[in-house]
Amino acid sequence: MPLTASPLQEEDLAGADREYLYTLNFGPQHPATHTTLRLILTLDGETVVKAVPDIGYLHSGFEKLGEDLDYNQYVTIVDRMNYISPVANEIAWHHVVEKLLGIEITPRCKYIRTILAELARISDHLLCIGAAALDLGALTAFLYAFNQREAVYNIIETASGQRFHPSFTRVGGLAADVGDEWIALVRQFVRQFPKAHADITRLLNRNRIFLDRTRGIGVLTKEDAINFSCSGPVARASGVVRDLRKDEPYLAYKELNSAFKVVCAKEGDCYARYLVRMEEMIESLRIVEAAIENLPAGPVNVDVNEKVVIPDKSAVYRSIEGLIQHFELFMWNRRWETPVNEVYGAHETANGELGFYIVADGTGRPWRARTRPPSFIHFAVFPHLIEGHLISDVPAVLGSLNIIAAELDR
Amino acid sequence: MGVDWESLRRRLGDVFRLEQFRDNLRVVLRATEAPANLLPLLQFLKEEYGFDMLAELGGIDYLGYPGATDRYAVVYGLTNTQTGERVFVKACANDPDPELPSVTSLWRGANWMEREVYDMYGIRFRGHPDLRRILMPAEFQDHPLRKDYPLRGYGERHNFPPLSRAES
Repeated sequence: MPLTASPLQEEDLAGADREYLYTLNFGPQHPATHTTLRLILTLDGETVVKAVPDIGYLHSGFEKLGEDLDYNQYVTIVDRMNYISPVANEIAWHHVVEKLLGIEITPRCKYIRTILAELARISDHLLCIGAAALDLGALTAFLYAFNQREAVYNIIETASGQRFHPSFTRVGGLAADVGDEWIALVRQFVRQFPKAHADITRLLNRNRIFLDRTRGIGVLTKEDAINFSCSGPVARASGVVRDLRKDEPYLAYKELNSAFKVVCAKEGDCYARYLVRMEEMIESLRIVEAAIENLPAGPVNVDVNEKVVIPDKSAVYRSIEGLIQHFELFMWNRRWETPVNEVYGAHETANGELGFYIVADGTGRPWRARTRPPSFIHFAVFPHLIEGHLISDVPAVLGSLNIIAAELDR
Repeated sequence: MGVDWESLRRRLGDVFRLEQFRDNLRVVLRATEAPANLLPLLQFLKEEYGFDMLAELGGIDYLGYPGATDRYAVVYGLTNTQTGERVFVKACANDPDPELPSVTSLWRGANWMEREVYDMYGIRFRGHPDLRRILMPAEFQDHPLRKDYPLRGYGERHNFPPLSRAES
């Protein structure tokens, strides 16, 4: 592809010294982009005059696949969107499917999903902070963060049998119930995480180099955050008090409302985004702690007679109803009976508002499974944030936005 | 101190078709209504009812959908950042030459989302500052999320022209 992805307009060049303009291709394979992002930077000396993102290198037609797979199968694809916190994507997807089908999931399922979603948020924030610090030259914080991500992976592995892409949720419940071992692991994580958090805080919060490279860099004002559709930590760091867990409480957040606060900052720069993420991890840990101590007993799936949930294997092998129900959900021409309608639902995932717009045509497969990816919307803000800053600020701003290319391109 | 849904329903219900499903309230603009009414309606919702954020913008192809009258639709999900309430506006478009007014004048965040809809469905947005393909390569001919574009098939991958070092 030619380097001029978009011709430079006259107004882009106002004030810049045209003689010295220099085009730099950044990515798609560059260590600081982490994944396949490409930026075409126009430089005046070291100052970025214009940045043109060129995306689509990881486009793999997830939404087209969603129209071919059924409501349970698509969860394996949703996993791979934001692969930093895959469980949160699964929970969001099945939340919207259950909203479409009008299913109320069981209290135990709500709590387990809440715990998993919060652990996913912690692991996502850990990666974001660790990688952002790594790009700015602080390797130790990255190692501390990944050590804790390992603990989260162990918890997810104990619950689902898979570390990275667990595909743990199902329509109306979960693939399996959790046991005592899992609860013990979560409790242990709640006990040991604050120390690691304090270590990272001490490494970065007052680190002179880190402060110099993040403070006042990539400032997003509150008006711009709203105008650019930002959500999640990026919007909250700019003073937009908006958290779907409080605004439209889903899962168990209504009952756990008093356990956590919404973390906001005013500055809107990279450092504010870092601080918001750090504090959110502590709030998430409070939610996990409150949820694991109040974990309700009872079934994890909705009643099998509602004909939406995959029956237990023992019921499939030993009873005729179970066998019929199993085949009803697995044969191509049967599956779920959905209303011929469309619905939008969203979750507050680590990166922001992850929404799904499902159009159902009455069959077991969605007619349209539109994703509202937070990374896509945040990356659109990037040129606005970087223009006028130095080229060495590019990794700082990129790291603070936490762009995940798989979710960006889908 | 939420949005005054009663008056909103009354004022919009006389003019447009309203649909309610679960907690989603949708205002539906048919393909004949959308070109003239979309921008004034979104501006009205933004300014008078405080729906100041365009949280979601996505396309749909209704080719062969049960009971569908218009082929394409673009859904605008608006959010009131003060109260967290949402309203959806669905604007339809039809073949040939599906076109809708661009909302980039109201929300700058619409820029990439409209480009994605253009890339995937071929719906043109009038007044968009930079309407290029965003996910598919620039030389790609089709619009992959249209229902008449096959899920499986081959040929497209071989169409990329070889690039010499001088051109790249």
